[in-house]
Formats: sequence, C-alpha cells, structure tokens
Amino acid sequence: MNKTLNRRDFIKTTSATTIGVVTVASGITLTTFASTNKVPVTNEKRWGMLIDTNKLTEADIDGMVSACQKEQGWGSELHSTGSQKPGWIKKVKVKDKATGKVSNLALMCQHCEEPPCVDVCPTNASMKREDGIVLVDKHLCIGCRYCMMACPYDARSFVHETLSNQKEHMPRGKGTVESCTMCVHKVDKGEVPACVTSVNSDAVIFGDLYDASSKINQTLKTVQSAQIRADLNLNTGVRYSGI
Amino acid sequence: MSNIRFEQIEGKSLGFYILVAGLGILVLAALGSVYYMEHHGHFVTGMSNRIVWGMPHVFALFLIVAASGALNVASISSVFNKKLYKPLSRLSGLVALSLLAGGLMVLVLDLGRPDRLIVAMTEYNFKSIFAWNIILYNGFFVVVAVYLWMMFERRMNKFSRKAGLVAFGWRLILTTGTGSIFGFLVVRQAYDAVIMAPMFIIMSFAFGLAFFILILMASYQWTNRPLGDAMVNRLSSLLGVFVAAVMYFVAVHHLGNLYLAENTGVENFILFDGGIYTKLFWYGQIILGGLIPMALIYHPVTKGNRSMLGLASVLIIIGGLIQLYVIIIGGQAYPMELFPGKEILEGYGGVAQYSASLPEISLGIGGVALAIIAVTFLVKFLAFLPESLADDVTGPHHKS
Repeated sequence: MNKTLNRRDFIKTTSATTIGVVTVASGITLTTFASTNKVPVTNEKRWGMLIDTNKLTEADIDGMVSACQKEQGWGSELHSTGSQKPGWIKKVKVKDKATGKVSNLALMCQHCEEPPCVDVCPTNASMKREDGIVLVDKHLCIGCRYCMMACPYDARSFVHETLSNQKEHMPRGKGTVESCTMCVHKVDKGEVPACVTSVNSDAVIFGDLYDASSKINQTLKTVQSAQIRADLNLNTGVRYSGI
Repeated sequence: MSNIRFEQIEGKSLGFYILVAGLGILVLAALGSVYYMEHHGHFVTGMSNRIVWGMPHVFALFLIVAASGALNVASISSVFNKKLYKPLSRLSGLVALSLLAGGLMVLVLDLGRPDRLIVAMTEYNFKSIFAWNIILYNGFFVVVAVYLWMMFERRMNKFSRKAGLVAFGWRLILTTGTGSIFGFLVVRQAYDAVIMAPMFIIMSFAFGLAFFILILMASYQWTNRPLGDAMVNRLSSLLGVFVAAVMYFVAVHHLGNLYLAENTGVENFILFDGGIYTKLFWYGQIILGGLIPMALIYHPVTKGNRSMLGLASVLIIIGGLIQLYVIIIGGQAYPMELFPGKEILEGYGGVAQYSASLPEISLGIGGVALAIIAVTFLVKFLAFLPESLADDVTGPHHKS
C-alpha cells in the first residue's frame, strides 16, 4: 500500500527522530563530560593545611600572598579602594594580651566542615565539595553578600569593579563574592596550592587530613595545633600551630 | 459598618500631579543611581569588604519592616474585631504592599548581580534564612492581595476575617525572619541575639503605624475628606504605646548584652565610645526617634494636635532609619572577635569606615518614593479610602 506522507505524519516522524537523536546525543555528551573527570571528588579525602607560625616568617607570608595573587589573578583592581580590594589571603599580626607574644600568620578561607557561608547563602552558590574545599559558584552568586556577613574569618571579598585579563581557570566577575579556593584547579591535578609552594620551609604543610600516611596527618598527631575561633565548632580545614 | 462608603479619590488636581511628578523624579533618580552603580560596580559606593551592607540595606529593611507593621491596622480590625479600624483595613493592606514593594526594589537593586533575580527565585537553599525571606516576602504579596480581594468583593466579605488572620500570622513570621537575618549571625558581636526577632516585630508596629498615620492624614487633608478625632486620637495612643515598646526592647537588648562579658566591647562601642554610632544611637534613635515623639503624643499641651502627631510620626520614621543604621552599619563597623584574648596589630581589626555615597542614598529614597507613588495611584483607581471618617460615622463603634 502506497501511502502519501501528509503533514501530520511528517511532524510525527520528524519529532520522533529528533527526540531520539537528542536523547542519544545528550547521553553521549554527558558521558564525554563525565569521563574528563577521572577521579570523582569524594568525602574519603579532606584537604587541609597546617601553618606553623613559629617557622613562618613575615617574608614567607608576603610570598604566599603574592603567589596567590599571581596564581588567581586578583589584586590589580584599578578603582577599588584599599578596603574594597579583594583579599583572598592576608598577613595578620597578633599579640597575646597577657604575654605580649607576637605571632604572624596567613589568614584565608578556613574551609570549614560546617561553613556558615554555605548555611546562609540563599541560592546555594556558596558550597562545600565532598573533599572539604569551600567554593563560590560564580554562576549562582547574586551578590547578596550575606556569606560575607556570616564568615567568622573575614575571608571573603566582593568584586567591586569590572575585571580584565583574568586567569582561565579562575573566572571572576563584578558583583559576585570570591575567596580562597585552596587552588582547587591544582589540587585536582595532584598538585599543591600556590601559597604552599611559595614557602621554602615546612612552615606550611598541605595534604589529606584523613590519610594516616600523609605528612599533615602525622604532624598534626604530634604537634599542638589550633583552629581559629575553635569555639564556633566549625572544624576548619586550615590549622595553626604556635598561636 | 454599613454606613461606610469607600470611594476613589479624584486625582485630577494640580497638587496630585505635582506629587506624582515629584515622586516620579525621585524614583527615576534611584534608577539612574542603580545604572551608575551597576555599570561601574560597587566601588562607587561607600561599601567595602568590611561594610558589605550599606545605606540601601538600611532603607530596604526599614521599608520591609514598616510594611509588615502597616498591616497591623487591618489586623486589629479583622483579628481582634475592633470595629473602629475596619474602615481603615483596605488602606492598611495597600500601604503594607506598597512599602514592601519599595523595600524589595531597593534590596534587589543593591545586589551585586540584580540581573540574576531569577536565580534567587529558582535556587533555594532552605537552610538560609535569606531564602526563607524571599518566600515570605513573595507570600506576603499573595496573602495580602487575597485579603484585599476578600474586603473589596462583597460576596467574599464573609471570608475577610479568616484571610486577615492568615495575613496577621504571615506578617509576624515575616518580621521574625527579617530580624533573624541578624539574630542568627553568631560571629558578629552586635547581632547574635534571639531578641532581634521580637524587637524587629515591635519596631515594625511603630514604623508601619507612623507611615500609615502620615498617609492617612495627608490623603484626607488633600482630598478634603472628613477625618474625625476619635480615629486619629486612637491611632495616636497606639503609636505612643508602640514607640514605648520599641524602647523597652532596645533597653533589654543592650542591658542583656552588657551582662555578657563577650559582648561588653560592642556595647561600649554603641553606647559610649563609638563616635558617630554612639551619637546616632542617643541623639537620633533614642531622643529624636523615641523620647520626643512620645512627649509629643502624650504631653497635655501637644496631645490631640494633628500637626504634632504628624511631626511625631516623621520623627519616628527618621529615628527608625537611624536605628537600622546603627544596627546594620554600626554592627558591621565593629570588628569581629577573630582571636579571642589577642590583640590584632595588623591585617584586620579597628572600626571599619563607611560614608554613604549619593547614589546609595538616592536608591534608598527612591524606594520610599515608589511606595508612596504606588499608594497615590492606587487610591485613584480603586476604592481604598472611606469617603468620610468623621466621628459621627466611626463614632458609634469607637469604644468596641
């Protein structure tokens, strides 16, 4: 039986074909994208950092700040005032009120296990990866700045102006919030954060807190260390000794 | 109350057009400011990484808080069955919605990415009080709009009391949410207090009623409609009680904080040695926004005088803005306790500096203008205002 193709049949056939192609293609695409991430991020690791303030010199901290700026491309904002410029990592000098002991340390996002910034973010832009790294999804951030109000470490910055010459791995955007990413782009490739590399001593140790064979795990078992604002029970990924 | 007739205003006088034009210019100035801030980025504002919420937030939260309070007059009528206030219910709902619209306009346009409003409406983190507030604000529009419909539509009148009850409950939760934005910020010494939620509720009662009284008196004066003393005096007494209640909560908040050693620093800052913030607290919030309005409302010489009640309402609004300035900006200016027991010599600390830029102030005022322009237009197109609130119309019920 020879049936001519009317308009209805044509639409039916082409729609079915289109849906089929789209379904298969999207499946292929998803598989392709997924396969690029060979090692999925799991909660079997917890990335952390131990900063020994007795070993860390002021020059070391300056070097850490510069390395972070160079790696992530912040700090060359033209219009922002001093208090508007971003500060992903900063040098802090503290004096014990009772003993007068002065300590220098590098302060950045502490990558909390219970991050207040993630709790308060209305759009889920502030998020914590399974391996403990706390990040901002630049596509979801609406720039409400509530996370900055909630962060106990003054670790987050708001981008106050239009930016140019950004790093490919770190898209930053006017009107969104940003902070230390623990150089997640390097960590995912098996490297260590830029600030850690810049220090020539073992004043800063980076690694997997859960891995019993890691240097950071072994060191933390033997030295006295502290979390900043430990009273808040945030279980920070960044630890300090000597303060 | 069958003898109450609601009627639109004519809205054809020169004064009406001058008012609308004036408010329109303020709204346009606000939009121009937004374009300027959005185009350049927030570096043109006084805000920084320490003072992240500036003058626009002061206005936005003030208007949002006042919005929920403006609904109180309707609630007193519907929920507590006070017949005197029934003729005012429609206007009360209108002022509430208008103030909320003005507040939200300011809040949204001060976002770093106002163009991503759709993200805020589609991506919810239900752990965030901010996300709850987005739902509460949008819900308030729906709840109050339905409530107004029940009041306007004769066939639906029988449901208006129930709708009023829902609206009353909603506004209480809404202001609890707004206060909790601060109350749950445990790391900031100035906030972190559960009392913030009830304090914001009582602040809303006072600010909202002050706005309502001004709008009521102005609209009756400018349209030559009778407004009796029974109504005005009752509202005046209510306003006085609300202002006293705000002062009580402020006193409990600060005295409670002084008792806790960890908060003595920030209390000293606000109450004694905080420079501009201390001055604003005592002269602006307490004297100008609290004691003087109470004196104007209760002193035998000024009691019952409408100009004095108008002045008291204006002072309560100014005092309310100052109160939110002290809470929001002062609370951020005082440094967080990053290292308890240690003094920070470099890298963080000290009192953060802030001075509001003109575009920030303009955006905030634009929100107020939007609220008033909305009321002005809608009373022209819908019958929100009773044609008379003279004592012989409202009088028979004023004791109930």
